[in-house]
Parts: sequence; C-alpha cells; structure tokens
Amino acid sequence: MANGTSGNGLKLVLAWGFVGIPLVWGVVQTVVNALKLFQ
Amino acid sequence: MSVLSFLEKDRIVAPAGFSRWLIPPAALCVHLCIGQAYAFSVFNLPMTKLIGIAQSAPDDWKLTELGWIFSLGIFFLGVSAALLGRWVEEGGLRKAMFTAALCWAGGFVLSAIGVYLHNIWLIYLGYGILGGFGLGIGYISPVSTLIKWFPDRPGMATGMAIMGFGGGAFIASPLSVWLMAKFTTATHVGVAETFLALGAIYFCFMMVGAAIVRVPAPGWKPEGYVPPAQSKKLVTNQNVYVYQALKTPQFWLIWWVLCLNVTAGIGVLGQASAMSQEMFPGRVTAVAASGFVGLMSLFNMGGRFFWASMSDFLGRKNTYFVFFALGTLLYAAVPYTGEIGSVVLFVLAYGVIFSMYGGGFATVPAYLRDMFGTRYVGAIHGLLLTAWSMAGIFGPVLVNYIREYNVAHGVAKAQAYNVTMYVMAVLLVVGFVCNYFIRAVDERHHMKAQEAEATV
Repeated sequence: MANGTSGNGLKLVLAWGFVGIPLVWGVVQTVVNALKLFQ
Repeated sequence: MSVLSFLEKDRIVAPAGFSRWLIPPAALCVHLCIGQAYAFSVFNLPMTKLIGIAQSAPDDWKLTELGWIFSLGIFFLGVSAALLGRWVEEGGLRKAMFTAALCWAGGFVLSAIGVYLHNIWLIYLGYGILGGFGLGIGYISPVSTLIKWFPDRPGMATGMAIMGFGGGAFIASPLSVWLMAKFTTATHVGVAETFLALGAIYFCFMMVGAAIVRVPAPGWKPEGYVPPAQSKKLVTNQNVYVYQALKTPQFWLIWWVLCLNVTAGIGVLGQASAMSQEMFPGRVTAVAASGFVGLMSLFNMGGRFFWASMSDFLGRKNTYFVFFALGTLLYAAVPYTGEIGSVVLFVLAYGVIFSMYGGGFATVPAYLRDMFGTRYVGAIHGLLLTAWSMAGIFGPVLVNYIREYNVAHGVAKAQAYNVTMYVMAVLLVVGFVCNYFIRAVDERHHMKAQEAEATV
C-alpha cells in the first residue's frame, strides 16, 4: 500500500496550511517580541 | 446515531493510498489548541480587574487565587493521562480527540460563566478540572497512532505533535490579547467573551483534526520499510501490557529520566524573566526580559522537533545522555556567564538548555515505544506524565526557595541563582545515571501473541 499517492496533494496542502499558517503567525509575533532583547 | 458511528474505531481505518503525512497536521490540530495552557497567564492581570475595571477592587480576585487555575489544569492533565490512557488506546482515536475537544472547549465555556457570575470555583472546575481532562486526553491521544504510521521515524513523528503543544502558546497569547481588546469597553473587561470565543475556535480546530485522523490498516507498513525481524538491543518488536509496564524497572527509570530533565527546565522557565534581569541588572530591562522568555519558548518548541528527530539516528538512550551531559555543563556554566557579564553567552546557554527541556518531552514517547512496543505506548505515556506533574511542583519550588534562602542570607541578587544552577546540574547527573541503567525489558513482561491480538 502506498503512503503518498496522487489525489492527496491538495489535502496535504490544506491540512498543513490549516495548522502551519497560525503557527508561523504566532512564531513571527514571538520573534518580533524576542528581538527587543537585543535592542 | 450517525455522530456516534462517526466516532467508531472501524470508521477511521485508512483506505488504500491514504497519505500518512496527513496525520501530523491532524495531531497538531489538537496539540496547538491545548498548548494554549502555557499562555493562560495573559488572563491573570485582566482577571484581577473584573470588578474594578481600571484597577483591582477589594472584591476582585487575587493573583494567588488565579494561579491555582493553571496549576489545577496541569495537575489534571497528569491525572487524566494516567487514568484514561488505556481508554484512549482501546476506545479509539477519534473518540478520544472528540472527547478532548468537548472537555477543552467545555472548560472555556464553564470558565466564561464563572467570570460572568464572578465565581472562581466555576473556573477551577471549568478550566482547571474539565479543561485539565481535555489537556490530558488530547496530549496522549495521537501519540501511538503517529508511532504506528511512522515506524521508521517515530521520534520525528511524535516530535512534530509535541512541538505543537509548545507552539500553541505562540498563537494563543497574541490571539487572546487581541480578543480581549475587542471585547473590552470602558465599563467591562472582555474576559468572559474571550473565553467563549476561544472555546468555539478550539472546538472547531480540534474537530478538524478528529475528522482528518486515520489509523493504519492492519499489516500496513510504509513503502520500502522492512521491519527488523528481531528486536534490536534497545528496540523491541514485542508489546508490554500497560499495567505490566509499571512492574518493570525500565518504566520507573524513564519516569525519573523525564522527571529530572523536566524539573531542571521547568523551575528555571518560570523564573527566566526575573533571573535574566537580576543576573544582568541595568542591562536586561523588563521589556528585554519578556523577549528573552519568548526566545526561550522558541528554543523549547524547536527542540521538541529537532531532538526527537535526532533521536531516530542517535538512539533514544544516547539522546538523553546528550541532554544530561550537555545540560550539566551548561547549567554549571550559567553563573560564569553572569560573572563575565555576557548576555549573549547566557542566552545561548539557556537556548540549548530549553531546547533539551522540550526535547525531553518529545523524545520520551519513542523511548517508551522502544522499550514497551507500540500496542499500549499511548497509555504508558499517559502514566509517565505523572513525572511531569511531579516536576511541575519540584522545579519551581527548588528554584524559588534556594533563591530566597540565598537572598535572605545576604547573597547579592546577581549571584542568588548560582547555587540553583549547581543543584540543577547535580539533578541532571542523577538523570544521567538513571538513563545509564536502562536496559531492554525482560521477556517475561512481553504480551503473548494471542493476548496482543485479542486487545487490538
């Protein structure tokens, strides 16, 4: 049984985007705050 | 009826061609939500002004009363993970994720009512107990499934999910502040509305994860993966029943390994802001200290993925040897960074320390899988999380009391943490010794083939 076949591509993009976008947004907010340490 | 059947175990067996790479985002849907717990402190100050609005009124809650909310949540995380691990393992993954979503969102709703009625006991019950059960069930639910989908990279797979628990606060903190600003007026602090909004958002987010998630069909294995015919020295292909694991020295040695690694990290984590300011007076301001805390949280999150992934190559035992050996050296070196006044070295040392603190959490499910097999790894992991609850008490108490003792005996604030650092280094040496004694589980603890089949 294959573990990555055609037709899964869109689902993968949507699923990873669903969790990845908020996570990256949160990390960027944190990095911006963390930079204050070096100002 | 249709909702119940949606939750049944046989509804979530993956069809042919299903991509296993959909499972980590499903797990992250849960862990990113429950990771909010680390950001609960953003509500503390607003909740001390619910009556007074601009400043605390005599009838407003005190910070000491509010501190119990988070503590109860973490305590019941450990309790529920230990008590319900077997149910999570046998009852089905989607059912467990749905239950976690109900408990977690329900905890917010009950807490919103508590804020509205100004009844703190409802918040203890809501966020602390009900939410704590959501934390525990949600935390352990995807672990064994990820390990079954990624038998070739179990550390990386569980590292991704547990990284989400570390990362949840990054989303929750700014989101909560933004929501409170939206709901707050000149005569009202918008905490209750924020709780309701968060409850709704988290329920939807977690249900997306529950809808996506699948378990592999019996006998499935990744393309090209050849499972080892025989157990390796420290990686078994047998299974140990959840309560049988408690009778093995390996369980308790790993319990201490986790407890000591977490004790060292969690104690310092809570004091990171104050410590950075007191060790570098005049150089690290309050604003810079909050940046330092944020940076450490990033290392904590990144370490979860990095070290758990590395453990697939280094081996679990060697990875913990690195944590304990390097951690000992770095804790012992922290006072020196204060003596020479090097903020950069201080930040670097703590960055690595916190990456290993997170790495300890993320690597332990794969360690358990290596020792006890995949069948009950989620439930055994649940039992092991009592080490976290214990460390959550020991760590902060150790750091706070040693610092207070030093200050009371005339030690300058800049040096007040030195003894603490040396104590933490000693704890890690003990952890190193515990890890050293971990051997393969004796065959008499293994499940018989018929038992293993009967419990699938």
